[in-house]
Amino acid sequence: MATHLNPEKEKGDAALNKGDVALNDVTLNDVIFETRNLNINAVRGDGSELPIIKSVSFKVRRGEVVALIGESGSGKTTISLSALGYCKPGLKFAGGEALLLGQDVSRMATDDLRPIRGEKVAYLAQSAAATFNPSLRLNEQVTEAPVLHGSKTQAEANAKALELYKALELPSPETIGTRFPHQVSGGQLQRLMAAMALCGDPDLLVLDEPTTALDVTTQIEVLKAFKSVIKEEGAAAIYVTHDLAVVAQIADHIVVLYNGEVKEAGPVDVIINDPQHPYTKKLMNAIKPLPESGQGDDDTSDHLRDDAALKAISVSAGYGVGKDGKPAITVLRDVNVSIERGKTVGIIGESGCGKSTLARVFAGLLPPFEGELKLDGNPLAASLSDRSRDELRKVQFVYQMADTALNPKQRIKHILGRPAQFYGNANGLSVKDQVNKLLEMVELPVQFADRYPHELSGGQKQRVNLARALAANPEVVLCDEVTSALDTIVGANVIELLKRLRRETGVSFVFISHDLSTVASFADEIVVLYAGRVAEQGPVDKVLSPPYHPYTRLLISSVPEPRIGWLEEAVATDEAASGIAGNVELTSVGCPFVSRCPMAIDGVCDTQAPPRRTADQKHLIECHREINELV
Amino acid sequence: MNSSNDHYVAPYDDAVSFDELPDSAPSHKFRLSFTGWLGTIIVVFWTIVAVSGPFIAPFGENELPFPDAYSEFQAPQPGAWLGTDVSDRDILSRIMYGASRTMGISFLATVLAYMIGVVFGIGSAVSSPRVDMILSRINDAFLSLPTIMLGLVVVAAVGSSIPVLILTAGVIYASVIFRLSRSLGMEIKVMDFVEAAQARGEGRWWIITKEIWPNAAMPLLTDFGLRLIYVILFISSLSFLGLGVQPPQADWGSMVRENLGALQYGTSIIPVIAPALAIATLTVGINLIVDDVSAHSGGKLSNRL
Repeated sequence: MATHLNPEKEKGDAALNKGDVALNDVTLNDVIFETRNLNINAVRGDGSELPIIKSVSFKVRRGEVVALIGESGSGKTTISLSALGYCKPGLKFAGGEALLLGQDVSRMATDDLRPIRGEKVAYLAQSAAATFNPSLRLNEQVTEAPVLHGSKTQAEANAKALELYKALELPSPETIGTRFPHQVSGGQLQRLMAAMALCGDPDLLVLDEPTTALDVTTQIEVLKAFKSVIKEEGAAAIYVTHDLAVVAQIADHIVVLYNGEVKEAGPVDVIINDPQHPYTKKLMNAIKPLPESGQGDDDTSDHLRDDAALKAISVSAGYGVGKDGKPAITVLRDVNVSIERGKTVGIIGESGCGKSTLARVFAGLLPPFEGELKLDGNPLAASLSDRSRDELRKVQFVYQMADTALNPKQRIKHILGRPAQFYGNANGLSVKDQVNKLLEMVELPVQFADRYPHELSGGQKQRVNLARALAANPEVVLCDEVTSALDTIVGANVIELLKRLRRETGVSFVFISHDLSTVASFADEIVVLYAGRVAEQGPVDKVLSPPYHPYTRLLISSVPEPRIGWLEEAVATDEAASGIAGNVELTSVGCPFVSRCPMAIDGVCDTQAPPRRTADQKHLIECHREINELV
Repeated sequence: MNSSNDHYVAPYDDAVSFDELPDSAPSHKFRLSFTGWLGTIIVVFWTIVAVSGPFIAPFGENELPFPDAYSEFQAPQPGAWLGTDVSDRDILSRIMYGASRTMGISFLATVLAYMIGVVFGIGSAVSSPRVDMILSRINDAFLSLPTIMLGLVVVAAVGSSIPVLILTAGVIYASVIFRLSRSLGMEIKVMDFVEAAQARGEGRWWIITKEIWPNAAMPLLTDFGLRLIYVILFISSLSFLGLGVQPPQADWGSMVRENLGALQYGTSIIPVIAPALAIATLTVGINLIVDDVSAHSGGKLSNRL
């Protein structure tokens, strides 16, 4: 086996080397993976090369988790893939070394890499749902690699898998392997993917944003499982993420990347507590702490409390066509939300709780089957086709993904000009002037008017997406997860823009997000949705302080803080222990939260719908427990 | 960063702000591969022949190069470089005439197929589910009929002429285009930007022409070449069966049939091979270009076919 020895290390480890033990493990002082001045270039169509990764060096030792952190385009995934000796199509290794157990994998042929991949190094992709084959049982897939590589017999692999299921705290570890991927929850699937990666006893685990797509409550359980299993297995890991708060919980070392260069690197406590480089500081600043009670946004402007701008009264909605005219799946049940003029309502909940559905109901994209909508105190037609042009103008919807929300074949001036023209010209400006004004409002240069969406960055596209909604001169703007697809810093900038726009235009916003700290920093009121029901609603400071709905409490305690040791504290609470649960069930009987609730009352919570209790003027909690019990 | 315990901080300039990295621009540079170039050369060659053939052909379509020495299937010789056919006409000249006829009919028929297919296909995609279902089932009925049989029946019923051929091929192949553009339309229709236009209150005409069509045009254009090949083969097959272009007009398909006797009685097989080769090189040439184009556009369309 060709071994690249590090000359510096060789001297230091000479004493250890005498025993003639396994060369790889000892001579390298347990360095599992190391890059030395690694360069990776992108090869362009005309053959010229563009450096993507510029002289990156770092080490991963046994039992250590090294986090690569940076925004999209920083090269973090590209570097992590170099541990597998892999470059994405269009990229190539252009110097330096990527040493896995002393072997330079960047110079190895694909055939030689095959035994290494899966056995020495395992890769965990972001989306577990896309990694598993939906038509094979989980155990088959988890044990496939080691059996295929011949490193384990099927029986050995099964035993190892069972051990891992237990270590990852999966429910009923003996039988979970016989299920199909769709029969387990997202968080469980993510942990099963970890089991799949660890089944072959790899020396190095590469985790690419493994919790980014998960809800906070699920993220906690997955992080906890990852952390303990990495420790138990003694594997080294490269953890790729953009989330510093997550990194603080799981990593031993942090490498901060920007534009393919290392900006700062060091032990986790140093980077988190005492960042030096301005870019690291900027990353830290972009994380918003959860406001303490009474610390809502300082919106002092006094708005008239006349009719709410937009109101949903006892709205129930769902998808599909079922019996007796009701939808096959009911997603929203008896939801009351009122958006006051000039105010921002944050809607928060896990995926599948119905928050986007609520926005679609407001926008007229999904007519509810029960309840009614009111705009400025007047009834608003449920369906788009029944709304007048003026009603359509007043309620605008901003999509989550600017990539799909902007027509790729239209220039920005047409994207923005059309709604301005379509809804009539209130202020006598020409369409061109209106487009320029809109671009200025969202802080984009007016020259962008002639560009196509693909010529803009993700954050710029999202600004255009916002500007299009504003072009209609609306009263209510519905923002569906507008920052969740953006990098931390870019997302924070978009929030700042939204705050400014709200101040300047007096438009009401409905801000939908799964990220409690983002909502808390921006909204005046919060609606907490769980399984299609409003668990709690009220002003931000009231919702974020006792009395809490048990679910709100779980949510608050699940928001990761960029603080070492937070994870250990968080998982020690009752809420987190009870939060480890399967899929959210859309039930019509009883309280939907009953299976996860630490204070559920047997025979009551599972059979009757919870009553709506008034904690304070506008602060409502739906729970069987009395208000004074919910502290 | 020699030891991982060290805290490494890259040198920095306080004035530098860390702006969002731009998205990598999609590479719009379209480069033909070697085979793509080969295909282009072949297609350009045949296009030139089709356009200028009737003017530069050494003899007329039905002119005899050697009127004094009539004999069928004469071998290639000076004056008739590819020999003569069953009626002693110059094969080279007839191939040049045939190029304009075969390619012209096929091109017009494909354009017609696209006009019918795209209008109904995208129209069907944005229509109510009921209208969409009716149109799709009618189209399924067309698709279920074997193309060559349908063509034979139509031509046998109304008689063969060039307009009838174009219409028949156009209508028959429209059903394939219908499916293609309907599925494209369906795919684009559910994109957020189309929903945004609907939520704005835009009418159906705007949705089709401004939102869906610009995004469907490019993939459909990629498919045009492929469809053209099928139509060339279809027209040639009809002619070969004697129901396409009628003698004495020259057309590659009918030339193969007229000269079949050369295989038995002739001195060479050129009378049959030459027009067959013409069909083959043209279709292969188009295919080579299509391969390159669809590889550039991610090959998505060819998967759908």
